[in-house]
Amino acid sequence: MGIIKMKRSNIIMLIAALLPLGLFFFPLWKITLEAPQYPTPLGMYIHINDFSDVHPHDIKNINLMNHYVGMKYIPEAIPEFKIFPIGIIITTLIGLIIAFKGNYKWFLFWFILMILLSSAGLYDFYLWEHDYGHDLDPKAIMKFTNPDGSVMGFQPPLFGSKDILNFRAHSYPMLGAFFLGFGIAASFIAYLFGKKHNKIPS
Amino acid sequence: MKNILKSTLALLSVLVAFTSCDNASKSNNSGALSSSAAEKVYVAPGEHDEFYAFISGGFSGQLSVYGLPSGRLFKVIPVFSQDAEKAYGYNEETKPMLNTSHGFVPWDDAHHPDISQTNGVVDGRWVFINGNNTPRIAKIDLSTFETTEIIEVPNSAGNHSSSFVTENSEYVVAGTRFSVPIPQKDMPIKDYKGNFKGSLSFISIDPEHGHMDIKFQLIMPGFDYDLSHPGRGKSHGWFFFTTYNTEEASTLMEVNASQNDKDFIAAVNWKKIEDYVNNGGGTMMPANYAHNVYDEATHSATSTMKKEVRIVNPLDVPGAVYFLPTPKSPHGCDVDPSGEYIVGNGKLSANLTVHSFTKMLDAIENNKVAGDAYGIPILNFEDVLAGVVEQPGLGPLHTEFDGKGNAYTTFFISSEVVKWKLGTWDVVDRQPCYYSVGHLMIPGGNSQKPFGKYVVAMNKITKDRYLPTGPEVTQSAQLYDISGEKMELLLDFPTIGEPHYAAGCPADLIKPRSKKLFKLEDNKHPYAALSEADTKVVRDGKIVHVYMTTIRSHFAPDNIEGVKVGDKVYFHVTNLEQDYDVPHGVSIIGANTSELLIMPGQTETFLWEPKQVGVWPFYCTDFCSALHQEMQGYVRVSPANSNTPLKWSLGEDIE
Repeated sequence: MGIIKMKRSNIIMLIAALLPLGLFFFPLWKITLEAPQYPTPLGMYIHINDFSDVHPHDIKNINLMNHYVGMKYIPEAIPEFKIFPIGIIITTLIGLIIAFKGNYKWFLFWFILMILLSSAGLYDFYLWEHDYGHDLDPKAIMKFTNPDGSVMGFQPPLFGSKDILNFRAHSYPMLGAFFLGFGIAASFIAYLFGKKHNKIPS
Repeated sequence: MKNILKSTLALLSVLVAFTSCDNASKSNNSGALSSSAAEKVYVAPGEHDEFYAFISGGFSGQLSVYGLPSGRLFKVIPVFSQDAEKAYGYNEETKPMLNTSHGFVPWDDAHHPDISQTNGVVDGRWVFINGNNTPRIAKIDLSTFETTEIIEVPNSAGNHSSSFVTENSEYVVAGTRFSVPIPQKDMPIKDYKGNFKGSLSFISIDPEHGHMDIKFQLIMPGFDYDLSHPGRGKSHGWFFFTTYNTEEASTLMEVNASQNDKDFIAAVNWKKIEDYVNNGGGTMMPANYAHNVYDEATHSATSTMKKEVRIVNPLDVPGAVYFLPTPKSPHGCDVDPSGEYIVGNGKLSANLTVHSFTKMLDAIENNKVAGDAYGIPILNFEDVLAGVVEQPGLGPLHTEFDGKGNAYTTFFISSEVVKWKLGTWDVVDRQPCYYSVGHLMIPGGNSQKPFGKYVVAMNKITKDRYLPTGPEVTQSAQLYDISGEKMELLLDFPTIGEPHYAAGCPADLIKPRSKKLFKLEDNKHPYAALSEADTKVVRDGKIVHVYMTTIRSHFAPDNIEGVKVGDKVYFHVTNLEQDYDVPHGVSIIGANTSELLIMPGQTETFLWEPKQVGVWPFYCTDFCSALHQEMQGYVRVSPANSNTPLKWSLGEDIE
């Protein structure tokens, strides 16, 4: 059996299953911190399995800034860096099996699975960000409070831009996230194609 | 009566006319500049200048970095003089840079910066500059803007016809101003004539690292070798030196060295001598001179004493050296971008003499020799003369070129810059200088490709040009726009020391290569602590080594005990920062040396010899961060015979 014989919907599903592998080549997310003293902003890429500098030493310098308000150092590694790649590989394998063997209903199953897993990943990322921005050293050099008297947190936005003290923080998806997104979208298109094709008697 | 009235009126009107005339000329000279001039030098906040200008500090011994056209000072690079601000010549790492055969010499007179070249065009890699007084040549690396090498020049005195670079940076050349006995010996001064010699040193430049090495010294008759420039283009391979005191006088020089109607420009075919030397020519002569090299990886300099130098007798290389007669103690020796014209700025002559390289070659080929000086052939003045700029001003000193067929000559006595045309020798324009200009600089001026947009005039006298500051006033430079037919004075700006000479080039040549920091992983300093975990204090007899680090906003360690009176305590401080423009400084009470100013990733060392028992603070001297004031620590100093154990800590009490 060859790819040539495959239905159009299965070909789309095959592409859909492969696209998330782009996460291994391109960053998932980028957080940028702008301030007057940083004409070249500080920045950090979040990969599926790593944090990395946008410019050399950026993470070290973000840590240096953050220690003034008692934030923890950005860890070298987090458990997610092990779990996420395995998750992507497993879901890709499932997607491939479906693409070759399954019918269109399975495409929808894969689409929903990916939506759920991605949402869980984003939520996990949010929790990490929240902890990173709020679990402050009680001996922090500088302590800030909100107008209501509560301790000010320094959580970067999950998506979008936000002012944090002298910094303006930006948080946006990168190419890797688009690969994942297009993969998920493609599986839904594959489902629609498959459904349409199925109605026409052949 | 009527007549008296009439003549009185006439006299009055003449007086009024003169007065108003006087007013008019005054406002022309020193009144407000037109707004267009102000716009031309205005560089808006946050914007960058178009050119770098490296202006020597003369007797300050340093090299300053300016932007053009704004005339703003960015940095003073310490070269030949100690600089307490940057710890240059004070910290253990850079002390060897100022070592010489006369021991540690903390000052010199820095004169002629010149930028390295590739294919006859400035390449922005290094600046070379000469120390006059204790003859030395320094190399400044333009990726770090730091002095990275200094070589002493033996057999030289008053290292003035220096430090000019050939068109592929093959050599940086250093000529002696004062002739001396070679080798030095105890002899009567009056026996100068015929016994003193002048050395012209050809220092090779390693194309990769820029390391300097004296390839050979040409031992010339005992004249004063004043200035020099390399041939270029067609005259590449030759070097030209002006001379004065061909009278070989040794006293009351202002009179006795000004007697001859003509002195010489010495034309040296260095390629020919290079071949001769490469084939084993010349003789090795015992010598003693320092070669000091700063290593960027160890952040440290080493000084090596060299024990011999190769000398060449010009008579042993026939056809290598000729004398071109040039009127009246010529000062500047300037070669136009094509390499054809050699301008002899005869400072006591009313005219400017221009020699032709082609005619010189022709005269040599046809053996048109007028005589010789100590066996070196003298060519006929008329045979080598290209032309004369008639009566352009008084006291011509130096000439630069705009690459568009024009030359610009400074006149010290008549205090002006005069623009004239190469080939027709016609004067095109003249502009006054305030006052008594010496050198002038067009970016890329000593190359085949000058950037003829601006000329900087460097003046010897300032007087009333700025707010007065007591008897000693600032030195001054002036910027002229030379993009049009007429020159236009745009700006006066104050300078450090004496703005003796300068070299300039487009900023884009250097800006992208300028380092932002030193990488910690590349730090090979033997006493570096590359993390706080590596910090420690080690005692070796009476010597204590403190391996210390800095990062915003603390020292590690910041509490030290067990130091004793009489110890020599070396603080080796590594700046762990890896961010642009986050240096830390440090010093401790009573240190008999300067502070350290440590760039990110760098290690520097200062010596402290505690003389009193007590607990003595040290602190960060460069405002580094919001917690800069908290960046401090203590050293406990116990009596010499005490048993206080050596301990150090950070963030906890010493147990």
